[in-house]
Amino acid sequence: MASTTITPTRMVLNQLKGRLKTARRGHKLLKDKRDELMRQFMDVVKLNKQLRTRVEEGLTGAFASLQVASSIMSPEMLEQALLYPRQSVELDMKFRNIMSVNVPVYSFHTKNNDPSEVYPYGFAQTSGELDDALEKMAKVFEDMLELAQVEKTMQLLAEEIEKTRRRVNALEYVMIPELEGNIKYISMKLEENENSTKVRLLKVKEMVLQDAHNFK
Amino acid sequence: MYKIAVIGGRDTVMGFKALGLETYPAADGAEAGRILKQLTRENDDYAIIYIEENFAVQIQTEIDKFKDSPTPAIILIPGREGSIGLGQSALRAAVERAVGTNILGD
Repeated sequence: MASTTITPTRMVLNQLKGRLKTARRGHKLLKDKRDELMRQFMDVVKLNKQLRTRVEEGLTGAFASLQVASSIMSPEMLEQALLYPRQSVELDMKFRNIMSVNVPVYSFHTKNNDPSEVYPYGFAQTSGELDDALEKMAKVFEDMLELAQVEKTMQLLAEEIEKTRRRVNALEYVMIPELEGNIKYISMKLEENENSTKVRLLKVKEMVLQDAHNFK
Repeated sequence: MYKIAVIGGRDTVMGFKALGLETYPAADGAEAGRILKQLTRENDDYAIIYIEENFAVQIQTEIDKFKDSPTPAIILIPGREGSIGLGQSALRAAVERAVGTNILGD
């Protein structure tokens, strides 16, 4: 526990006391940070859960429609129809600061704002099911984007919480007890020194008195 | 300006292509892993990479590498056959990491 290399002097004692004070304050602050991060994290987790379910349902639906479309049309035709997208998505990313964790915030804009532009093909040779599938796809994509944002936020927060939790525990169970132990050790040692000095002085006084009065 | 990539089976990514995302069809997990490496090697052009669950199972370690970096966000999506619940497990893993135990109760 108490490291053997500390010198029991008043100066070291003062230093240790200062460090203990800092450690206690740091512990309290980090604990608060952890609690707040945890609160934020739980919100994000809840949101993530909802979005995940929604995206999975939406995508399953869209894939089902696509499946229907591909069974109606020949694979070559389908491939050809989707070969050259007319739409393109551009993504902007900013960072938001949650308790000193930088989490991404996405915003996307499509090149063509006309919603009918999702269909990169002429309507003559394709089936209506394909239109249906693409429409569903476009709809679920917004949720997918939000899911990406929320999921990344969740991962980054989880990392930060883990780090903070470790720090809190290290302070609480290692750092602070060690400092307290050292302080106790030094103050006991100092007291001991004081006692022995006192005893020595008493003894010397006795000797001096005996010399001075020359008893007997 | 950032880009979005989708890695998955040929049938899965087809639909996303029409939306204007960059699609990378892969035949199996190993190929998906190669594509992922390639996409993330050069620079962080890609802010989001969607990967089909079936492939993600096989390259979990590759994916976990990006867990702590702000970009790219690697998000699992269900494949054609429907969800196999891997996306939910990512959520569980994050909760377990933060709290130390699974408190969602599922």
